[in-house]
Amino acid sequence: MKQPREQDVPPRLALAHISKSFPGVKANEDISLSVSPGEIHALLGENGAGKSTLVKIIYGVQQADEGTISWNGSPVSIPSPKAARKLGIGMVFQHFSLFDAMTVIENIALGLDEAVDREELKSQVAAILQSYSLPLDPEREVHTLSVGERQRIEIVRCLLQKPKLLIMDEPTSVLTPQEVERLFATLRQIAAEGCSILYISHKLHEIKALCDSATILRGGRVVATCDPKIETTKRMAELMIGAELRKIEHGKATGSGAVRLEVKGLSLRGEPPFGTDLESVSFEARAGEILGIAGVAGNGQAELLTALSGEQLADGAEAIRLDGKAVGLEGAGPRRALGLSCVPEERNGHAAVPDFSLADNGVLTARHRLPLAPHGFISRASVKRFADGVIKLFDVRTTGNAALARSLSGGNLQKFIMGREIGQQPAVLVVSQPTWGVDAGAAAAIRQELVDLAAKGSAVVVISQDLDELLELADRLCVINEGRLSAPRPVASLGIDEIGLMMGGVHGAEAAHA
Amino acid sequence: MLEWRRRREPSLLMLLASPLIAIALTMLIGMIVFTAIGYDGFHAVESIFLTPFLEPQRWGDIGVKGAPLVMIALGLAIGFRANVWNIGAEGQYVMGAIAGTGVALLTYDMTGWWILPAMVLAGILGGMAWAAIPAFLRVKLQVSEILTSLMLTYVAVQFLYFLVRGPWKDPGGFNFPQTRMFTADQTLPTVLEGTLVHLGIPAALLLAVIAWLLMEKTTAGYAIKVVGLAPAAARHGGFSAARTTWATMLVSGALAGLAGLFEAAGPFGQLTPQFPVGYGFTAIIVAFLGRLNPLGIVFGGIVLAGTYVGGEIAQSTVRLPQAATGLFQATLLFMLLATDVLVRWRIGFKRRAA
Repeated sequence: MKQPREQDVPPRLALAHISKSFPGVKANEDISLSVSPGEIHALLGENGAGKSTLVKIIYGVQQADEGTISWNGSPVSIPSPKAARKLGIGMVFQHFSLFDAMTVIENIALGLDEAVDREELKSQVAAILQSYSLPLDPEREVHTLSVGERQRIEIVRCLLQKPKLLIMDEPTSVLTPQEVERLFATLRQIAAEGCSILYISHKLHEIKALCDSATILRGGRVVATCDPKIETTKRMAELMIGAELRKIEHGKATGSGAVRLEVKGLSLRGEPPFGTDLESVSFEARAGEILGIAGVAGNGQAELLTALSGEQLADGAEAIRLDGKAVGLEGAGPRRALGLSCVPEERNGHAAVPDFSLADNGVLTARHRLPLAPHGFISRASVKRFADGVIKLFDVRTTGNAALARSLSGGNLQKFIMGREIGQQPAVLVVSQPTWGVDAGAAAAIRQELVDLAAKGSAVVVISQDLDELLELADRLCVINEGRLSAPRPVASLGIDEIGLMMGGVHGAEAAHA
Repeated sequence: MLEWRRRREPSLLMLLASPLIAIALTMLIGMIVFTAIGYDGFHAVESIFLTPFLEPQRWGDIGVKGAPLVMIALGLAIGFRANVWNIGAEGQYVMGAIAGTGVALLTYDMTGWWILPAMVLAGILGGMAWAAIPAFLRVKLQVSEILTSLMLTYVAVQFLYFLVRGPWKDPGGFNFPQTRMFTADQTLPTVLEGTLVHLGIPAALLLAVIAWLLMEKTTAGYAIKVVGLAPAAARHGGFSAARTTWATMLVSGALAGLAGLFEAAGPFGQLTPQFPVGYGFTAIIVAFLGRLNPLGIVFGGIVLAGTYVGGEIAQSTVRLPQAATGLFQATLLFMLLATDVLVRWRIGFKRRAA
């Protein structure tokens, strides 16, 4: 790739006074930033700070209401992603658009703007894989690949277009620590060749390790531009959140309470074709403790949650015991009545009904333990009172109990859902990704609630991909990999590298020797 | 430039207004189309949409035609809310009538107050049995109930033809393909002296209220809505999709069967090959016009019954062919589905990016 080597190169990308509104919210307000050729520029901010909107404007998915975009010094309009790609802007989305049943090379071919001869494409892909030493087999079917490998497909897709600016949207949210290291090496090489990178994240240590400069967004505005190598992590976090960070207050975790949830030899066939089979999962969760279950997405977490919640029944009643009672063959309703509450990862459509009001969503899982619908007749007054209580206690920002679940931000809906379950004082609470997509303030509040619930004598099981969260919350930690659960270890005795290796499992090993 | 903008919350105003907008658009399009092909378009639309409601002597007719539409639509709407698409209400309607007629023919030489209730029960069970087939196929084998229920309609109609031309043919009927006339104990009593207004009409209104209570006030109605809107959330909340599919199919079959029996024991008084008039299909439009809400369905039933009555008026006033009624009804469904977009979206003026 030839790059101009003059002294006064105009910025590769410059945004000036970009604003964008949606009904009821100003997503971006007067945002200016510039990225030089070969620079790795971080776009830092909480969920809802306006990062995604800004990136969509740059990539042509949405149009700014106001402001100008300049490309290599001259103003441009970017009406579509295709136009963006034509300029030389490539983007790797957080959620990949890949067909599981097709091979790597087929997926790459499908993503191209123009049809390319298959043999020609193969040699181009091989050249990219070699020059960036990316381990990836073009003939493998996508569903057999780890998340890290899938991400490489998307990166190769972009590199094929010889981009001048690569946008990475939260690329590490699902990677193991080892995969993150490999990704960073690739990104540094890409940048060294003159391609600018706009790196979107809220993980500060990554930005410190990777980026040359950072623009921090909060509430749709630029609050600071800084050099992340110099600025402290704490300072950046405070700029991002706009408040002093609150520390989680841990009670004394005894870990010697009575066993409240006992899972023994739980096996479950995953939904074909891409589900993961659970293989003889066993663990105990005791009163007063938080048990963390770490793992990379797609290793059986979703299946484990539905098996515990009763959405899928176990093979035998003995596989799951709640306070000593065998419940493996009980459905979701009876299990909840006995005190086993579960919060799945997907909020809209699984934990809550998007088109129902918050009040109605309370009925969904609270009717078993609270008198919301005596004799099959829903009591509007009790339902509203319950929802109002949750909204007040858990500081859910909303227009009231009649607001539709879909109208709430991810964090607020999550607070409502957590409040709905915790408000029932469950014996055991199993929660998956409790703070996924939730802003830091709300995340801290939710974590504190989990700690408090455990302190009151419930057993809490947290399934998460966020290692930092698990290390902060959990008393004991196990790792789920390809449907198998490791033996739990006290968190105090674990190093982050060790957990990373456990999480990587077979995929990590493959990546290492390829 | 105009553009569509997504509303933050569905508009309650549009939820209520969009059926009215759809009716207005249907009238407008009908007027243009029928004028274009050489009819008196204005009077055609007037006859179909206005005359039936303005002339009190037509109201009884509207009630008689509206009652089966409302009853069937109530059942369909409950199913539609659960994402169970029973398109074969016409078949369940016919089977309900056949089952009830079976009882009538068995009790032909008997008298007693119990005969009509027995026919009603048979009608309900007949409709349910016919709806049970698609329910079973959907739950056990994941076969689309849209296809099976629709295809079973034609089986039911052929079965009716076979019965009235064969085993059930009236021995004293000069070889006409029809059953015996029902006796007084087998006929639905009228509720207004000197009119056609029979017991089915208050029954339909009562059922609408019950259906409304079921959907709005009970856990069962809640389950139906959750299963339809978010199947994964329903599973999470401990509601069974299979049980809901069974329940809603059986309820819609029961109501269609009941409507069929009421029609056979009311206006027809016997079974003939002309018995299936398409109420089971028109009721789909009624359900949507009523926004799948039981009380809205009463309104929808009145409008569609009006188009049947008005279609007959238009045949004499502007010589419109009978098929025009179906055309208006279909246009109405089309407009309903089209205007539905206004509930979640609104039209705005596009601002130019500065």
